[in-house]
Amino acid sequence: MDDLLNALVLLANFVLIPAATYGSQLALGALGVTLVYAILRFSNFAHGETMAFGTMVTILVTWWLQSHGIGLGPLPTALLALPAGIAATVVLALLSDRWVYRYHRSCRARPVIFLIASLGLMFVYNGIVRIVIGPADQRFADGERFIVSVSDFRAFTGLSEGLALRTTQGLSLVVAVVIVAALFWFLERTRTGKSMRAYSDNEDLALLSGIRPDRVVLIAWAIAATLATVAGVLYGLDKGFSPITYFHLLLPTFAAAIVGGLGSPLGAIAGGFVVAFSEVLLTYAYKRFLTYLLPESLAPDGLLQLLSTNYKFAVSFVILVLVLLLRPTGIFKGKML
Amino acid sequence: MTRAPTPIAFALMALAFLIVGFAQSWSLALTIFNYCLIAAIMALGLNIQWGYAGLFNVGLMGFAALGGLAVVLVAMPPVTDAWQAGGGDLLVAVVLGLATIAGAILARHLLPPGRTRKIAVGVIIIGGFFLARAWYLPATQAIASVNPAHTGYLGGLGLPVLLGWIVGALLAAGAAWLIGRITLGLRSDYLAIATLGIAEILLAIIKYEDWLTRGVKNVNGLPRPVPFEVELQQAAWVQEWSLRLGASAQDMAVLTVKLCYAGLALAVLMILLWFAQTALNSPWGRMMRAIRDNETAAGAMGKNVTGRHLQVFVLGSAIVGLAGAMLVTMDGQFTPGSYVPLRFTFLIWVMVIVGGSGNNYGAILGGVLIWFLWVEAEPVGAWLIAAATSGLAPDHALRVHLIEGAAHMRVVVMGLVLLLTLRFRPRGLLPERIARSA
Repeated sequence: MDDLLNALVLLANFVLIPAATYGSQLALGALGVTLVYAILRFSNFAHGETMAFGTMVTILVTWWLQSHGIGLGPLPTALLALPAGIAATVVLALLSDRWVYRYHRSCRARPVIFLIASLGLMFVYNGIVRIVIGPADQRFADGERFIVSVSDFRAFTGLSEGLALRTTQGLSLVVAVVIVAALFWFLERTRTGKSMRAYSDNEDLALLSGIRPDRVVLIAWAIAATLATVAGVLYGLDKGFSPITYFHLLLPTFAAAIVGGLGSPLGAIAGGFVVAFSEVLLTYAYKRFLTYLLPESLAPDGLLQLLSTNYKFAVSFVILVLVLLLRPTGIFKGKML
Repeated sequence: MTRAPTPIAFALMALAFLIVGFAQSWSLALTIFNYCLIAAIMALGLNIQWGYAGLFNVGLMGFAALGGLAVVLVAMPPVTDAWQAGGGDLLVAVVLGLATIAGAILARHLLPPGRTRKIAVGVIIIGGFFLARAWYLPATQAIASVNPAHTGYLGGLGLPVLLGWIVGALLAAGAAWLIGRITLGLRSDYLAIATLGIAEILLAIIKYEDWLTRGVKNVNGLPRPVPFEVELQQAAWVQEWSLRLGASAQDMAVLTVKLCYAGLALAVLMILLWFAQTALNSPWGRMMRAIRDNETAAGAMGKNVTGRHLQVFVLGSAIVGLAGAMLVTMDGQFTPGSYVPLRFTFLIWVMVIVGGSGNNYGAILGGVLIWFLWVEAEPVGAWLIAAATSGLAPDHALRVHLIEGAAHMRVVVMGLVLLLTLRFRPRGLLPERIARSA
């Protein structure tokens, strides 16, 4: 019995909690991508760099707060700095729209032109982030490190395996739930949210019924920038900030959005968790887990890792291709490109 | 619109190189020129995909890295100890892997569609995966442990390095064919994400399969298609020329080597340009444009849209692979860690968009111009920032920080160049010219 419990705790500690954390971070990122796609109808390649920019501003404000001795006690100071990061990123997104995308919208350019423009913005954001904060890794998590630590858990349950829940992991889950709930309330209940869904479903009909397209686009950018910043800060708190990782997050984020169904918010969340769990499940070494469950004579000698962690990108990619081949609209019927 | 002044644009570019030659050094000017030529070849490859056929490929980095890998596999001497240590087991693993694929395909064809077939194919693939791995893992470990400081990989075939260029193109073409078979049914945005993922996977394989590529330990001292500087320095004709031009024999030898590389790259570029132009002006090129501009109409006229897409995807990727092989040869080393998407994928996109997609001369001009700016933006940016902050003390924190960040200025500049081109000259510097028969 103890062996079974130990095995389950092991799995929870190394698979369930990390994957759920990563999944909620991906889901927030994918929601931003999907929202831009639903309203503006292009895949925003600058989304990863937007996340990096928002995180960078948050880090800078966090440092400033820390230097003044302002903190949140057990919670990371970054939470206090988050609104400033969001505000800066929203301004950046709105300026980008004003100076870049609005012109192409006014001449009704093809979606691929928007995509190329987002590549240009990706370069610009990328350069700005590296000029301001540099390409090096930054750690900015402070406050209490653990909600449940391994030794506490062992003392409490008497099991030999420990379970740790880091503050940043708990925070990721809680913040993701709050943000997603707020977003869905906004999209389903408010007038503006409804007008955005109408615009996404049928642009011409929405225009006919008096919805102002400029306003819808502005709000979409503001929400996408907010989601990007929150996702970026949560990821940075959890795993540390380095600008290059945020570029590499682009692939799993897009995979999540497409797997769920591009343009569908519910799908983005489901997609985020599908991608995160597949990545963690396939790159986890099951040796210790099976040692608990199997009789000693059958104990495995290898690591029993299906895929080296070096190839975790391959997981998002394979899921992506499978979904595109088998069900091109995604799990939740998104838009067909 | 006036006719695009192609010769003037290229003349201005030549002038820029002359300025670098006089202001900085001729050796630097030639180095930049050589890399510009390679960039131009890559841009030509992308132009065939994007400009001719409208395929949105953002996986160029993967194909360029494959080309580089081909040079290592062809030109490096084989490591016999490593082959003895793990070669046999590795071959068994490869045969098992191929047998698995063959078995899965066979099962798919032989069994009637339904649940049994799905399960059978799944069992064959999963079982084969683990079976092949049982030989593969010990073999790779054995290979990697053979003198890891110097080799630790299988080495290559020890053939002439120029053959590696052709193999690089073929390798990239093969990979593109496989990938294209899977992804080319997808529309633009999906294809973009898919190719982005493929490039990451190809690079992960090159970075982490140490037995094949030495991974991040790099492969140094690749054989060269041109003589070494030290040998040239002793040659009588080099010494004679160095006296005539008033340069040291050493400088003369360096310049000669760079000129040799320039000649090789220029020859490749000219041959490719001739092919590309001929293809573009042939019925095939017209068909490609028709498919690009209206797939549905072209399909209705009986053109095989997916087939042509696959063809053009393979051709363009082969050219990118060739350029990747040339780049590694010119560097003299294969460094998997140096492949980053910004420089090997997205910069090439800037080249083609700025130069003029659909126009081969435009792509070449874009390649040369953007690489030139990319290289020269660094010293210019550093100089500008130093000048702008000259009022501050030399050890002022802001000044130090800005000077450190100056290298990233060029990334911002590239983004702005791309955005400004899209806005004010959406068809590029040298727009596509469509010859209409009267």
